Amino acid sequence: MRTDTDAVTGPAADPAPAPAAAPATGPAADPGHVTYVYAVGRAGTPLDEAARRLTGLAESPLRTVGADGLAALVSSLPADAYGADGMRARMEDLAELEALARTHHATVEAAYASTTVLPMRLATVYLDDTRVVEMLRERSGDLGALLSSLEGQVELGVKVYADPSAASARSPGPDVAAADPAAGPGRAYLQRRRTQRRDRRDIYRAAGAVAAQVPERLAGLVRARVAHRPQQGELASGAGENIANDAYLVPAEQVGEFRRALAGLSDAAPGVRVEITGPWVPYSFATPPRPGGTT
Amino acid sequence: MIGDGEESLPGLGDLAGRQVALIDILDRLLTGGAVLTGDLVLSVADVDLVRINLRAVIHSITPDDPAPW
Repeated sequence: MRTDTDAVTGPAADPAPAPAAAPATGPAADPGHVTYVYAVGRAGTPLDEAARRLTGLAESPLRTVGADGLAALVSSLPADAYGADGMRARMEDLAELEALARTHHATVEAAYASTTVLPMRLATVYLDDTRVVEMLRERSGDLGALLSSLEGQVELGVKVYADPSAASARSPGPDVAAADPAAGPGRAYLQRRRTQRRDRRDIYRAAGAVAAQVPERLAGLVRARVAHRPQQGELASGAGENIANDAYLVPAEQVGEFRRALAGLSDAAPGVRVEITGPWVPYSFATPPRPGGTT
Repeated sequence: MIGDGEESLPGLGDLAGRQVALIDILDRLLTGGAVLTGDLVLSVADVDLVRINLRAVIHSITPDDPAPW
């Protein structure tokens, strides 16, 4: 065992005793608690200070667990509530899932404002700090490379929507106005339906064209792109249908340029809407690309 | 590390206090983020999302089904 480079750092400068502090001679397994990992960064003052400043899930104090020049930003949580069973139950309840996701997100985001960290996927839970140290050692190569790739970068989301209702509200198609009044109500109805169907198809086609222009306009500004699934279901609250949901990795100083590059993109396309979200911590770029993936 | 450790990214400066849509967070936290291995007690990959309503809510969690365009 190499103990010289490993450090389980509590809130070092804070004299208050940590509730689940491991003995200095080596982390003892505490069956009552699990170790939740929010992010991994480079070991050092910025991350330690972020840990001291922030709290995690259930108001738990954050600490860093280090190995091989890296440090995980973690907190200890009760095993009954955040172990495998507790977490599974938590993730099947939307209110609990939302609280979990928002707190994880807030913690990662606050840390990222101080120093580059690799955000972990939600619900990354280890039995104890020793397991975290083992993971850091085992993966230090990958994790270090990923961290370097995110240095100075943020993520921006671009969503394109097709919204036929917005288009018809704005401008009734010329064909509707030009419907022959002598043709009778049945024929006018059919003509109106045909026009609506055609308008709808045109709007989806226009939305596709707008979505295709996004990467063109961003060429040279972005480092990478990941396509997420278009949003649907009851949480997808935006008007219309989301037809493209992409994430881009952008140098932080280029965020303004990014927004300018997409400004006015859908102005000439009634019923098409472009939404930019972020800047985000680059979650979408913290996953090593899968073979055949969309990265 | 030298200095006071505050190297705030300009791009993240306006983050505080902004209410972000849950679906945008879930897109990222459930399909993005670094996936660790080792002695995990739990990871999202292990979570069996059997509840139909939750599956509908976080449709984005099935990443192998590509978008139709």
